[in-house]
Amino acid sequence: MPEMSEFQVNATAAAYLVSAILFIMALRGLSSPESSRQGNMFGILGMIIAVAATVLSPDIVSYQWIIGAIIVGGGIGFMISQRISMTAMPQLVAAFHSLVGMAAVLVASGAFLNPGAFGIADVAGDIFTASKIEMSLGSAIGAITFSGSVIAFLKLQGLMSGAPIVFKGQHPLNALIGIAIFALIGLFAYDQQTAYLGLNAFWWLTAIAFLIGFLLIIPIGGADMPVVISMVNSYSGWAAAGIGFTLQNNALIVTGALVGSSGAILSYIMCKGMNRSFFNVILGGFGGEAAGPAAGEGEAKPVRRGSADDAAFILKNAGKVIIVPGYGMAVAQAQHALREMADILKSHGVTVLYAVHPVAGRMPGHMNVLLAEANVPYDEVFELDDINNEFATADVAFVIGANDVTNPAAKTDPESPIYGMPVLDVEKAKSVLFVKRSLAAGYAGVANELFFRDNTMMLFGDAKKMTEGINKALN
Amino acid sequence: MEIVLLAANPFIEQLSIFVLAIFVGYYVVWSVTPALHTPLMSVTNAISSVIIVGALIAAGPEGATLSKILGIIAIGLAAVNIFGGFAVTHRMLSMYKKKK
Repeated sequence: MPEMSEFQVNATAAAYLVSAILFIMALRGLSSPESSRQGNMFGILGMIIAVAATVLSPDIVSYQWIIGAIIVGGGIGFMISQRISMTAMPQLVAAFHSLVGMAAVLVASGAFLNPGAFGIADVAGDIFTASKIEMSLGSAIGAITFSGSVIAFLKLQGLMSGAPIVFKGQHPLNALIGIAIFALIGLFAYDQQTAYLGLNAFWWLTAIAFLIGFLLIIPIGGADMPVVISMVNSYSGWAAAGIGFTLQNNALIVTGALVGSSGAILSYIMCKGMNRSFFNVILGGFGGEAAGPAAGEGEAKPVRRGSADDAAFILKNAGKVIIVPGYGMAVAQAQHALREMADILKSHGVTVLYAVHPVAGRMPGHMNVLLAEANVPYDEVFELDDINNEFATADVAFVIGANDVTNPAAKTDPESPIYGMPVLDVEKAKSVLFVKRSLAAGYAGVANELFFRDNTMMLFGDAKKMTEGINKALN
Repeated sequence: MEIVLLAANPFIEQLSIFVLAIFVGYYVVWSVTPALHTPLMSVTNAISSVIIVGALIAAGPEGATLSKILGIIAIGLAAVNIFGGFAVTHRMLSMYKKKK
């Protein structure tokens, strides 16, 4: 094998440092929309430098297949990125995460099969103990990322029911598998040749890691997917860092740490937005029970129904309207019609603002992207803390496809499952318009008393059709 | 007297970098505006595909070993993510506009 000169070794390490810095700047750019596009360019540049530094190493001698794989993979990725609808972003991100997980497993497996090429074995072919632990962790976390992301993808895409799948003994089983993974890592690190039923311990631990990734996500309900996506985002980072330790590559270690902490912070923000602990989400089962008793008795109460014409009348005569979008808007693809409505209202001199709850939608920032797609200026879109005081001075709160995030029970009813969750104070507006398909309870299975209040008008129907109806009436 | 320079175990050095990078990540990510959390996920997804450097090392040598085949597959998967991730992030970010 050709040896790298000292200069080459140092130049390569320096290149990895530069790409790590560029990745940090890519994330830094996201602190505001203006700097974000430049940030993305830094990220691309960092990736080019990292790949170039690796490919130029004399250990890499066979290029055809490498180039072929990059062209095929890159082509597919680029095509998907151009065709995907913004509503499908959560699924796409879940699918992409699964690929990082799988790549981590494959790289760890490659390192296990040919440790010489990775420089992690002695002359006899025995892998260093630290490397064995690192590659096992990289492979196991990668496998969990893969199967967890696949389940998240299937749930988000609607190919699998979003309902939590729970069975007896689930948690002890998961704990057992978790212990088994650590035991296998220990045994593998102790003796590389450890094998059971003719299969090396490395393959066993990878295989059962795939299994636990699957088992960990099935009990988590569809509406908790924002946490799950953030969580697998975090895992994919830790998997990359594990591989980085195996390869002794600082760019990978730094990137893994960045991505890992990013995903962890997003998971935390999502959990906080629902006032649930991380473990409560992980243990799953939430939203499984059909609508609770409160929802049942609610059906009997009278509600004020309105038509598109009624809503148009109220909106036109308002001074200030705050729009509260939720997952229902995404499902109905109502964002464009909604922006049109806002435009018409603005032409009538109405002030229009948007209020986004941290867990609205199926992934962090989901609503913001959809509104941006519909050309809603981002400086009209506000986060919960920034706009909650404004409802008191608003004439209309226009809630479209959101429910639990407006439920005052979170503030007043300690018995409610969502008690303590931060909510938008829509009830403080003079009137509240709810665009909803039915009176059904939200994912938490909690009835929303707002539906039955005097200053509430329910606009039953598909979010997009209803909004288009309002636009027609406004014109 | 002979001077012996003791270097720390490389693992400890890497661990130091790792821990410091977690701190950097912590502060950088908290400064990301919530409106851009979706692009944050897609871009972190793209940069975590720098795992491709491991795949390149596995795919680099001559011959047709299983390790090399796995490396090539991993390059393909990471490439989907790199091109797809950065491109979709760019697409999203170009939609964020200010009030005219």
